[in-house]
Amino acid sequence: MSEYRIQGATGEWEVVIGLEVHAQVTSNAKLFSGAATAFGAEPNTQVSLVDAAMPGMLPVPNMECIRQAVRTGMAINAQINKWSRFDRKNYFYADLPQGYQISQLYHPIVGEGSIEIQLDDKNPESLKTIGIERIHVEQDAGKLMHDQHPTMSYVDLNRSGVALMEIVSRPDMRSPAEAGAYLSKLRTILRYVGSCDGNMDQGSMRADVNVSVRRVSDKPGGEPFGTRTETKNVNSVRFVMAVVEQEARRQVAVIEDGGTVVQETRLYDPERNETRSMRSKEDAHDYRYFPDPDLLPLELDDAFLEECRASLPELPDAKRHRYETALGLSAYNAGVLTADVETARWFEALLAETAAKAKKPEAEVAKQAANWLISELFGALNKLGKGLDNSPVTPAAGAELLALVTDGTISGSIAKQVLEKMLESGDGAAAIVEREGLKQTSDTGAIEAAIDGILAANADKVEQYKAGKEALFGFFVGQTMKAMQGKANPGVVNELLKKKLA
Amino acid sequence: MSVDTATVAKIASLARIKVTEADLSAMVPELNGILAWVEQLGEVDVTGIEPMTAVIPNHQRLRDDVVNADPLTGGDMRDAVLANAPAPEHGFFGVPKVIE
Repeated sequence: MSEYRIQGATGEWEVVIGLEVHAQVTSNAKLFSGAATAFGAEPNTQVSLVDAAMPGMLPVPNMECIRQAVRTGMAINAQINKWSRFDRKNYFYADLPQGYQISQLYHPIVGEGSIEIQLDDKNPESLKTIGIERIHVEQDAGKLMHDQHPTMSYVDLNRSGVALMEIVSRPDMRSPAEAGAYLSKLRTILRYVGSCDGNMDQGSMRADVNVSVRRVSDKPGGEPFGTRTETKNVNSVRFVMAVVEQEARRQVAVIEDGGTVVQETRLYDPERNETRSMRSKEDAHDYRYFPDPDLLPLELDDAFLEECRASLPELPDAKRHRYETALGLSAYNAGVLTADVETARWFEALLAETAAKAKKPEAEVAKQAANWLISELFGALNKLGKGLDNSPVTPAAGAELLALVTDGTISGSIAKQVLEKMLESGDGAAAIVEREGLKQTSDTGAIEAAIDGILAANADKVEQYKAGKEALFGFFVGQTMKAMQGKANPGVVNELLKKKLA
Repeated sequence: MSVDTATVAKIASLARIKVTEADLSAMVPELNGILAWVEQLGEVDVTGIEPMTAVIPNHQRLRDDVVNADPLTGGDMRDAVLANAPAPEHGFFGVPKVIE
């Protein structure tokens, strides 16, 4: 993998990236109140007196939110802090009724961990470890709407008080591709763990992108980091990559023009593909943190941690490794099947059904199932604009189709036609094969007749084959299958052809 | 520790409290008096003593993840939540336009 460099007028530059990801914790109720968290409710219907910061209301932490943060920490091999504490981050804004956000500055619940990213799909060696500094739990703010009234902004507090995990990486990334791979991998892990749904378009996951640049140098460890900027609330992997690229170029231009990069907060404008400075007040960062006197420190016992650990599913890296070693799948296929928890679930259901129908161990049918899912079903669903989540074909129906190929009832090419008909009609594979008369024939008489016809019509090619042009064998197979409308058993065709051409 | 006029003005501004020049100069010695009084605590030797987080030994209680389990701390009370708002509109809080 060649290193990412920005070619400036005065030399080469390297980019240094760290991400702070806000991930909404999957829970029924909010972090400190019993109001619901569901997306898309009528404004202010999911707001309790606690979330509206009415005087006298006290926060009580939601155990599930704490549990999910701990499970997430364990999934990134992080240190779990059995003693953590909530702090108040003070600032005034119309979307924050308390006048402070309850967060964890000094004693976060999760300490240092890391995740591994793969920079090249096809190259299992292209791994890089990205450090994670901490994960803390905090409240989300409400939502402001500015375009509904000429002189007023409207405030909806439904999101106010919903639990967020802030996942802070180390400045370990060095290219847009690495930043994108990190965010994708983090999203995959969160979805496996079930601690965040990862829906970036609904705002369940958004990233603050910290970028700085420095000159490429031979010194061990390189030049010191440059001044960084923070681009807020970037809500897709593609946009994160674009922010890194644009911001790095902008900073190089500023420095090479004799200026200095200002440490500031910026916004990304996807329409113009550029970042711009937020006109924030100078004292915006004077948050006057202090321990929240409404909350005691959070103390977790061993039984709680043990329950969290026991409830973790097989994680993507482990699953991928198992697919390669125990199931014998290629690195690429294992990567595709484990990239999303839903795909892995679908594949495992298909594999179990296929193995049961074939009465064979899973390892023996895994390649067939994986190849069919990746090269046949994905393509067919794609054409219909669908995904596995709304696939008309279930894992059991897929297994039925694969079983028909395995036992020789239909050929691989007929299976493609049957799949299309299954997707159209929702009928089972066996019923379609029966109805449409697609059964493969091993009737040697019929196949022989077809072969004789082909060989007679292509006497010149038979000559060439006998003269040593063995590649023509495939041509004869193809022609025979065509003559048999794809229904001939390929094994029988091969065998008969070999005899006749000998 | 002590504060000067500029610091008090800044804290007032961060807290969105309007303080006149005259009040400001009166407030500086008052706040410094409070700070000096609290600072007497610095005379106590606390070597080896864990910071106290509550007056009585206690653990933080946690809630179960149940929506509206207790009506006092649940949602579905838009009218009550908006009852004291100066400009509720269409179920929203209306506030003076704030746009970055």
